[in-house]
Amino acid sequence: MPTLRSSARLSRGQFQCQLQKRIRPFSSTSTRALSSSSPSSNSNTPPRSSTTPDYATPDPSRPTHFGFETVTEAEKIQRVAGVFTSVAESYDRMNDLMSFGWHRIWKDHFVSSLNPGFSPLTPGPDPRAPQHILDIAGGTGDIAFRMLHTAHVVNANPDVRVTISDINPAMLSVGRQRAQDQLPASQQAAITFVEANAEDLTRTKPLTSPPAPFFDASTATNRIPDASVDLYTVAFGIRNFSNIPAALREAHRVLKPGGIFACLEFSKVDKHPLFNAVYKRWSFGAIPLIGQLVAGDRDSYQYLVESIERFPSQEDFRDMIVDAGFVVGGQGYEDLTGGIAAIHKGMKPRVKAA
Amino acid sequence: MEATLRRSATLVGRNHHQHGLRLSAAMPWCAATSNKSTTELSKKAPTRRQFSVLNRPAPNYPGHVPLTRLERAGLMIGSGIMSLRDPYRGDLIAAFAEATATPYFIYRLRDAMLASPTGRRILRDRPRITSTSLDLPHLRSLPPNTVGATYVAWLDREHVSPDTRSAVRFIDDEECAYVMQRYRECHDFYHALTGLPVVREGEVALKAFEFANTLLPMTGLSVFAAATLKKSERARFASTYLPWALRNGLRSREVINVYWEEQLERDVEDLRRELGVEPPPDLRAIRKAEREERARRKAQMGTV
Repeated sequence: MPTLRSSARLSRGQFQCQLQKRIRPFSSTSTRALSSSSPSSNSNTPPRSSTTPDYATPDPSRPTHFGFETVTEAEKIQRVAGVFTSVAESYDRMNDLMSFGWHRIWKDHFVSSLNPGFSPLTPGPDPRAPQHILDIAGGTGDIAFRMLHTAHVVNANPDVRVTISDINPAMLSVGRQRAQDQLPASQQAAITFVEANAEDLTRTKPLTSPPAPFFDASTATNRIPDASVDLYTVAFGIRNFSNIPAALREAHRVLKPGGIFACLEFSKVDKHPLFNAVYKRWSFGAIPLIGQLVAGDRDSYQYLVESIERFPSQEDFRDMIVDAGFVVGGQGYEDLTGGIAAIHKGMKPRVKAA
Repeated sequence: MEATLRRSATLVGRNHHQHGLRLSAAMPWCAATSNKSTTELSKKAPTRRQFSVLNRPAPNYPGHVPLTRLERAGLMIGSGIMSLRDPYRGDLIAAFAEATATPYFIYRLRDAMLASPTGRRILRDRPRITSTSLDLPHLRSLPPNTVGATYVAWLDREHVSPDTRSAVRFIDDEECAYVMQRYRECHDFYHALTGLPVVREGEVALKAFEFANTLLPMTGLSVFAAATLKKSERARFASTYLPWALRNGLRSREVINVYWEEQLERDVEDLRRELGVEPPPDLRAIRKAEREERARRKAQMGTV
């Protein structure tokens, strides 16, 4: 692996990814400490069960990384918001330019491997059961639209609905516009847009008129109830979260037993050193330049490539998923294009009847 | 100071035969030791270790992005093409200026500043021009023939503000980065000095003037944007404004050395005389007359 920068970068990145240090899922010094003496500074987080580790509770003052910088979790939320508000308009064009259009292949493969709308365990001859898909950080709707097409058209299952959640209203409005431009009415009716922080899905702001159940008038937010989602997807979003374990735990909460957690994200190409060298140089050299020329924003794309660098490896991320209570099959991940992207899948285990 | 010392020390370290010149190398602006090696040092690019995009050195100033040669070439070509296609991308024009300024040109400009006492003062004081650093309401209250009043009247007429200039990021030497920033911020003053409007035609003419005066490659290459002008504008540019620009740019004093903050209450004709700049024909008036002529002719044809 090519050596990264000199001492300047090391000192900045001394906070190596606090999360990785604490993940030891099978060691005896388990981190599942009782954390009922949780941070009092955080009156905004929902009450957590006592088995939630400290690091999985969002804490606005805890340090995390923003690219190669070290910032607090609260600051990261704001800065990511800034990045995505500024890139929202040219997001799709930039994705095409940076990956030479290959992101479409990845997304197509991701959705077809999940095959929404088809549930083989449905009792009876018809494998088409109602499904609720929650697409996190799905602002511009790429994954959601593909899900709807596969479910409604390919699998002829009209009972599939998708909730698109994103923390950034600018990305959501781009998504809403695209939905109106591209989708037939039946599919448009199956989408709900909500503004939410994936680390806390008890407080989502619906963009349209609020559905009555779970709506809390005092905060004007809607709660995504426990065990209400069949498929939780997040594509190219999770590396921007300030607290990934918290998001994984929220995913575990909202999924039904037997529900699937699926994540498509940039990952490490370490298994192919020569390709990795070329890929890294393209990432750090050409992508910020393209961002500057096309989108007029070098810094956001520099953040993008740094956040890819900071994201845990395939195995480490799989361990985080297992730590959150999911079960994985086989390796737990699938490399795409040599590892530039990877699909991680986990299932929330069904509880055996006693 | 530190950056210059560091740069000079690197140069001295590499050119080991110049051991004895350590002192002059450390203070290249010392006019006393005006020997060949000092000028060589200041005109040469600061040498730095070879680096790749994966291990960029630390920035020399806030916002600095050290570029590799390949990146610089890419930025040069990319920003050149894209700013030609869309001249409203001021950030790309700025990036183009920075990518093409090294080697030689920005150092020449910095040395031109060092050669003049006012220039040296500017480099020492490092004044910045923003809407807060200049007291615009006060400038509006000045008599109309002063530099300050002309400047603010021009700002108001063209509906621009001094805050629209992007920060310099791609020039490695910190002092030269300031020189480029100063040039960028003074651009509006050059508009006020010459009276050229902010339309494409006026900008191209001013860029030609700036090229003749500052020798920055971006200004010279911007003249190719004249190809995007309308036919009558191109003809006017070739016959009137380009000769004016070259003549005045070459014979006038270096406009980079004008300490604008001190000249605000001075009579603008006085300043023009001192610099050796004659105002060009009023482009706005000519264009207005042309527009009215065209409208009149169209109305005539309509009634006939």
